Amino acid sequence: MAAIYSLFIINKSGGLIFYKDYGSAGRMDTNDSLRLASLWHSMHAISQQLSPTMGCSGIELLEADTFDLHCFQSLTGTKFFVVCEPGTQHMDDLLKIIYELYTDYVLKNPFYEMEMPIRCELFDLNLSQAIQKDRVALLGR
Amino acid sequence: MQFFGGSEISPAPSAPTGSGNNAHMMYIFNRNGVCLLYREWNRPLRTLNAQQDHKLMFGLLFSLKSFTAKMDPTSVEKGNLGVPQLPGQGCSFHSFRTNTYKLSFMESPSGIKIILVTHPKTGDLQEPLKYVYNLYVEYVVKNPLYVPGTPIRCDLFNTALDQYARSLA
Repeated sequence: MAAIYSLFIINKSGGLIFYKDYGSAGRMDTNDSLRLASLWHSMHAISQQLSPTMGCSGIELLEADTFDLHCFQSLTGTKFFVVCEPGTQHMDDLLKIIYELYTDYVLKNPFYEMEMPIRCELFDLNLSQAIQKDRVALLGR
Repeated sequence: MQFFGGSEISPAPSAPTGSGNNAHMMYIFNRNGVCLLYREWNRPLRTLNAQQDHKLMFGLLFSLKSFTAKMDPTSVEKGNLGVPQLPGQGCSFHSFRTNTYKLSFMESPSGIKIILVTHPKTGDLQEPLKYVYNLYVEYVVKNPLYVPGTPIRCDLFNTALDQYARSLA
């Protein structure tokens, strides 16, 4: 039983730099995930234009029939979003933990090139631990 | 954790008051993307002219629908991204929330789309949207002078809508 279905990280120009699947049904190939990421990037921007009041910073939560999508945008424009079961709580906290892992293990990695796909073993490792911990915490709740 | 000061940069809008003024605007589109009705009650910011705004809104809904249909983590056969889908086909969405507004969406089996934009702290609006759909059926569809597919010009419907929007807490 997966609370979290998948995680996407998009760079500031809408390119997918990280994608991990945690057990959604059906395969999504690389092209599809890239397309979805750039589609999300543009919809995020459009939602800011349609705001009735000033200071809109884009979609934070999308509630669909079979999933919830929580999105967090960092100050530099990198977007993190998780797809999870409808009604899953505390996803904002998880996104901030993931952002912290990103700053620690990706941005501080001297071999990482900015805006390029993330290939960092330590990030993968700590990320799966964080997700696992979140799942255990969820079971305990 | 000093990076997460984002909420202070853009001050959150004041909490919804009980006296209404909670609904910002409403759109009704038919299945061809024609804006049948646009009502606004509280919209301080306007970035585009009306026609462009309606087009952008319909385009956003269309893309969001194909996005959710493709993203759907529970179905195995999802088809390709962007393939047009009939109303009720594939995984759709019912709302999204930003820091300044919440958009609730309902699509009827005939492809009528009702969009209500409210304060971000508003709860679930599926029932209110159904009620608005009922108003549409009663005041517009049953109006013998209304030509389907044309913008709605029906005073009774507008007054009923305004009244209902004011009562939304």
